[in-house]
Amino acid sequence: MTKRLKTPLSEDDVRSLKAGEVVYLDGVVLTGRDEVHIHALEHLEKGESIPVDFKGAALFHCGPIMRKSGDAWEVVAAGPTTSSRMNSLEPEFIEKFRPGAIIGKGGMSQPTVDAMKKHGCVYLAITGGAAVLAAKGISSVSGVEWYELGMPEAIWILNADNFGPLTVGIDSHGNSLYASVNEKVKENEAKVRERLGLKK
Amino acid sequence: MVTETDVQNAVVELLRKTVVRLPADVKSALKAAAEIETEEVPRMQLKAIMDNIALAEEGNTPMCQDTGVTIFYITLPRNCEVDVEKGIVDGVRLATKEVPLRPNAVQPLTRKNPGDNVGERMPFINCKVGDKEYIEITVMTKGAGSENMSQLGMLTPSQGVPGIKEFVLSTVLRAGGNPCPPMVLGIGIGGSSDICMKLAKEALLRPLNERHKDSEIAALETELLEALNMLDIGPMGLGGRTTVLGLNIEYAYCHTASLPVAVNVQCWAARRGTVRIHPDGKLQFPTHEEG
Repeated sequence: MTKRLKTPLSEDDVRSLKAGEVVYLDGVVLTGRDEVHIHALEHLEKGESIPVDFKGAALFHCGPIMRKSGDAWEVVAAGPTTSSRMNSLEPEFIEKFRPGAIIGKGGMSQPTVDAMKKHGCVYLAITGGAAVLAAKGISSVSGVEWYELGMPEAIWILNADNFGPLTVGIDSHGNSLYASVNEKVKENEAKVRERLGLKK
Repeated sequence: MVTETDVQNAVVELLRKTVVRLPADVKSALKAAAEIETEEVPRMQLKAIMDNIALAEEGNTPMCQDTGVTIFYITLPRNCEVDVEKGIVDGVRLATKEVPLRPNAVQPLTRKNPGDNVGERMPFINCKVGDKEYIEITVMTKGAGSENMSQLGMLTPSQGVPGIKEFVLSTVLRAGGNPCPPMVLGIGIGGSSDICMKLAKEALLRPLNERHKDSEIAALETELLEALNMLDIGPMGLGGRTTVLGLNIEYAYCHTASLPVAVNVQCWAARRGTVRIHPDGKLQFPTHEEG
């Protein structure tokens, strides 16, 4: 089933999504990876404000290639980065900043699945490496924050227009496609071992 | 005579072709994977990959935002007088601006990003002298998602071939959906710790449809590839029939007391490119003859 949603996402939007569904997004998408997570949490601890509002936002694990044409930025390529690098930071980030969706690739670990269930957030998988396709779903760039972190690590404020296809990889009810695949892979491992003549 | 500027311009062109267009063998392997896939979720992943490849070619745009770090393999003619290294460094700097490439190279401790993909020992250049009259420059633009899943194992000789298989299997299981599967595996066997890792990466330079010339190694390549594709980790780790797109092994003799094995993991966007700079300045791109 295919759905089209607009950010910021309401809790109802988020809770309506089920693992395996396909979603397209409109509205603002914020990029953020390793350094944004670290910096945002540090700012909060020091009682300092951050330049964007993540509430209900779509946080995109992405370090894009951007090009400046005149005064405006444009996206050249913007595929996802490996989400598991943010595994140790994401549960706290979700609790403190309450994003509605995290867009990335490869899935995330159980503490993040739990935080998503508790606080109402989904993980949307976008095809890794398909960066030109992803850029097609971004109509313009509103700006950039924390540019001093470097082009890949900054917060890019992107305007999405039919951004996708995104597959709900983890929903807000504790279901994860990655966990189901892992279970099957574990079963298959026995067959692979037999084929390779390895001990069980 | 070929000058440093000629090398620089050839490197910019090489990098542009490499990050925009996949070699024919990688494209055919992806196409074949899309054809045999039956489940809806992996079919959609592979369709997105194929659509993306076409869009990148049409727009002359890098197919992935992670244009990697640049690792070069060069073969120089015996009488080479031009400073090829300088040409390559300048070429990387210019390509970062013009292609553009994402500025990925940072100082490892401060994480400071100079913005031009150039820094201490980067671009990294492996150099040898050959018997051809042209300068041959091969580049691998290696992304981090896959590189971070790579591993070295210093096995004991008693672990033997089963130990090698066990190590490759555990590397793939640990990698899961992280390295943008369907992945390509470059496997090094033997040598020393450093040589083994180097062989694993060099194995990624061989076309996916070419088996090792030693039949015993070729058989191990095929056996591992077929077995690993029974795991069903699938494209992007969302399940599916193709987990490993290709698997190449390179080996070297090693010390009688050791058995190093290394796995260099590569994403589906297995980008590599070669340019030959002939003495008259003519350029030839054997990996990218179609365009």
